[in-house]
Amino acid sequence: MNISDNLANIVESILFGSGRPMRLSEIKTLLSTQNIEAELPNIKIAMNSLEDRFASSALEIKEVASGYRLQIRNEYGDFLYPLWNDNSNRLSKALMETVSIIAYKQPVTRGDIEDIRGVSVSSQIIRSLLDREWIKAAGYRDVPGRPTLYETTKIFLNDLNLQTLNDLPPLPEALPAEEALDQLEVG
Amino acid sequence: MKAQTQLEFPLFKGEALTQLPEDLFIPPEALEIYLEDFSGPMDVLLYLIQKKDIDILDLDLSEITGQYIQYIELMDALKIELAADYLVMAATLAQIKSRMLIPQAEEEEVEQDPRSELIRRLQEYQRFKSVSESISNLPRVDRDFFIASAALPTFKEQSPVINISAIELAEIFHTASTRPKFSAHHEIRFEELSTQDRIALILSILNKSNVIQFFQTYQKEEGKQGVVVSLLASLDLAKDGHVELIQNEDSNQLYIKSTNRGFH
Repeated sequence: MNISDNLANIVESILFGSGRPMRLSEIKTLLSTQNIEAELPNIKIAMNSLEDRFASSALEIKEVASGYRLQIRNEYGDFLYPLWNDNSNRLSKALMETVSIIAYKQPVTRGDIEDIRGVSVSSQIIRSLLDREWIKAAGYRDVPGRPTLYETTKIFLNDLNLQTLNDLPPLPEALPAEEALDQLEVG
Repeated sequence: MKAQTQLEFPLFKGEALTQLPEDLFIPPEALEIYLEDFSGPMDVLLYLIQKKDIDILDLDLSEITGQYIQYIELMDALKIELAADYLVMAATLAQIKSRMLIPQAEEEEVEQDPRSELIRRLQEYQRFKSVSESISNLPRVDRDFFIASAALPTFKEQSPVINISAIELAEIFHTASTRPKFSAHHEIRFEELSTQDRIALILSILNKSNVIQFFQTYQKEEGKQGVVVSLLASLDLAKDGHVELIQNEDSNQLYIKSTNRGFH
């Protein structure tokens, strides 16, 4: 078979079958196990031609934090939603606040999160975030008690269709509370 | 819902609650639902402030404190289990309120507005609350978009192929069979010279002369082992303060001097 014509098909099969995002370099490695030597730019070209082929279909190729993956276009999500609607994707406000604080201030300890949220962080929330692999332990802070430091993972970005932390919505500016407060009359 | 099927009116401030306090924004039957929706006391406080449509900086603390405390009293009356954090916030509010009531003496340093710490925290919390809402609205996997996958083809059973020549195999066998044996027979013997005996010996010599040289404590035929045992014995004696070990700068010779503290 003609490899260069077929490269797009091979990339397609890898994206369909991998079940996770794939990097160009990973695809290159998989090709080399079958004695196909392809350079990264060529794989990218195959990826682009695949993208063209999917243009009129329900599928699209998306680049996320851990590589490229094949996904169903957003507009068809409504048809699939009932299949997956088991409430497991309903995330509490508390959980979203917790992961947001970790995302913008990482690495942070539970204490840091509690300082901002003014409420103790339940173990259940941390457990749930670890189970989703949205956060991971990244060492300990060198203070008494050696609390665990948490940071967000690439899977967190993947699951939100993002490539880097910079793609997250900007954190609102801190209001100049100190200045404004100085002008307050002490009453 | 529990609140809807309740026949008895909840007690609030000792009286059956037949009518809602007028300045309460949330009807009590909805309170339980609301409370689940609040992520904590800061969230409740922000809600109270935003409901009034006032700037945080114009926070009328005594009014907000009153409302907040009314809320948690009501929650308590409705037997909603209160997280300790809600009570901590109530205490914080009450403390700030009381500080604001105390008139400031003129000569005192201008104190910060007692509200400033709370307002600073509320503003910091508000930033993350707002951004967490934005993140919640981002498309999310298995909620807003779905990953495409296809059933895998049947894999060919791939028997591992070993690429090796007969000569290479023979070489590997040779290397393996002539590999030096690292597991040798080893017998553990009891020590022939005991440190305890050597300590007794050194003390008995020291009884006769106050200072002796180290080499006097062992015999040549004992070899290295003798030196080691003597050294251990001297160190042991020195540790317990029975002897002093002395070495002059200009000589290699080690002296053992009795401290005359006795050893019996």
